[in-house]
Amino acid sequence: MGIKLLLDKAHVEGIRSYEVYRREGGYRSVEKALKELGPEAIVEEVKKSGLRGRGGAGFPTGMKWSFIAKPEGVPRHLVCNADESEPGTFKDRYLMEFLPHLLIEGLIVSSYALGSNATYIYIRGEYAWIPDILEEAIAEAKANGWLGKNILGTGFDLEIYVQRGAGAYICGEETALIESLEGKRGNPRIKPPFPAVKGLWDRPTVVNNVETLAAVVPIINMGGEEYAKIGVGKSTGTKLISACGNINKPGVFEIDMTISVEEFIYSDEYCGGIRNGKRLKACIPGGSSVPILPANKLFKTAKGETRYMNYESLADGGFASGTMMGSGGFIVLDEDQSVVKHTYTLARFYRHESCGQCSPCREGTGWMEKILKRILEGKGKMSDIDLLWDIQRKIEGNTICPLGDAAAWPVAAAIRHFRDEFEWYVNNPELCLTSNYGLAHYADPLEVVTA
Amino acid sequence: MIRFSDDKLAKVQEIIARYPEGKQKSALLPVLHLAQESFGNWLDVPVMDYVASLLSLEPIEVYEVATFYSMYNLKPVGKYLFEVCQTGPCMVSGSDDIIAYIGEKLGIKPGETTADGLFTLKTVECLGACGYAPMMQLGKHFREHLTKEKVDAIIAECRSNAAANN
Repeated sequence: MGIKLLLDKAHVEGIRSYEVYRREGGYRSVEKALKELGPEAIVEEVKKSGLRGRGGAGFPTGMKWSFIAKPEGVPRHLVCNADESEPGTFKDRYLMEFLPHLLIEGLIVSSYALGSNATYIYIRGEYAWIPDILEEAIAEAKANGWLGKNILGTGFDLEIYVQRGAGAYICGEETALIESLEGKRGNPRIKPPFPAVKGLWDRPTVVNNVETLAAVVPIINMGGEEYAKIGVGKSTGTKLISACGNINKPGVFEIDMTISVEEFIYSDEYCGGIRNGKRLKACIPGGSSVPILPANKLFKTAKGETRYMNYESLADGGFASGTMMGSGGFIVLDEDQSVVKHTYTLARFYRHESCGQCSPCREGTGWMEKILKRILEGKGKMSDIDLLWDIQRKIEGNTICPLGDAAAWPVAAAIRHFRDEFEWYVNNPELCLTSNYGLAHYADPLEVVTA
Repeated sequence: MIRFSDDKLAKVQEIIARYPEGKQKSALLPVLHLAQESFGNWLDVPVMDYVASLLSLEPIEVYEVATFYSMYNLKPVGKYLFEVCQTGPCMVSGSDDIIAYIGEKLGIKPGETTADGLFTLKTVECLGACGYAPMMQLGKHFREHLTKEKVDAIIAECRSNAAANN
């Protein structure tokens, strides 16, 4: 069994309640942080830990914290990004649903470090039952003196509030989230200024993902240096991976980033192999926006070495033959799946979720969806494949926020690695209209990949 | 005349108090959720105007928000709204078949409501339940690992609840 820092108590009966969570050692990090360390030392511990943001971008958390402006007399805020909406990603839901006090504990320590007296959890609206769980945990924490006025007699005051979104993937982008929290449409802001200088209500603000803030608890408990010893290189600590698709054991797993991709897919401890004895065709290891890799590029890096489940190894080879850790949304496709059709659903998703602010994204995502649809329907031309490539290139890097990139990359990677499949659809229009877009007739040139 | 109950009005004040003075616009999303739950599961113009008056906003500020977010219903929906995820991970786990089956059972297409006003079928994009696919949202909760048998049971459950409440 791998090391577990976040989910080690997840299966303790009643762990969702304050009483059990406290009995299991909960809230120790708050005592240590507020009574022994102080704000600057907490930031130093987080820096030493090497923790990288677990929302997808992977930016060093301690460094992000150190950027927060501290103008005299101006309130600062911490905002917890619980707007988990990336296809393939459902790990934060698990943390909030089963370990709400772990998140509250991390929020208290982090709020203290950042000087936030009013901290907000912005949760995606569709997780409609989870705010009740969080609010109950907040009430329990407050009743036991961990929230409210003068916490632990240190003079630190903190209130935590839960705000539901209302169905907009873009609100996972930190400035769109801030706009939404201000009661507006979730249109991302141009940066700079960054939220650390001008964020919520123009006040200095740090926005961190749920898993990131939960990870602050073990970092404070064990010390940043000890935390950094787990994992490898700049992929320190543990990472939650939400695995789904055609595997035997979909679910949320905590890994220490030293296991190989092959082991993660085939080991009984994790995904348990491909469902129904099928062959592995492809995998998107970090949420829908990161590049898909065919099976024959998934287990070996560009250098021919074993590919591991960590930031550097997954990215090895760049976009030509690598991918990204992203949010850890691990989507597995078996040999019966159509990459073209899967890519179409993602293009439809990004068209639906584009906020419409930037023309390349607003128009481009719609065109990509339309072209992919007509290819699937047997109305595509060979030139459509090049047109798709051209459109995604015109979106990438040309928008205010990264949603444009997130929409472009799945299409680019699908064409890069599965161009033959796109061509099959164009060459077999009569088969596209029958038998599940002709999949039964598609003889793909897969290498046999087994454990 | 549209008006929240006293309990709901107290809730609105509690929500407004979460934000600094003068920043009551931040309460807009939660108050719209409350309004939708309270006034027939959709937001018509008088409801949005009422929300605007409660938060001292211009009506257009409410309209532009209500039209941006997918969870606000801008036209009437059935008593039971089946929101079935159709994005990649759900698709590879059989959501197409589930959507088709629900449509067949209810005699409606995505976006339509049954003649008795009980059911609306809607396809939605990723709900964050990819490991438990195929799935749908029904009210406040997710229904996961859907099969045709589970769909039958859910429809029967809704019909039974509707009959019990009549």
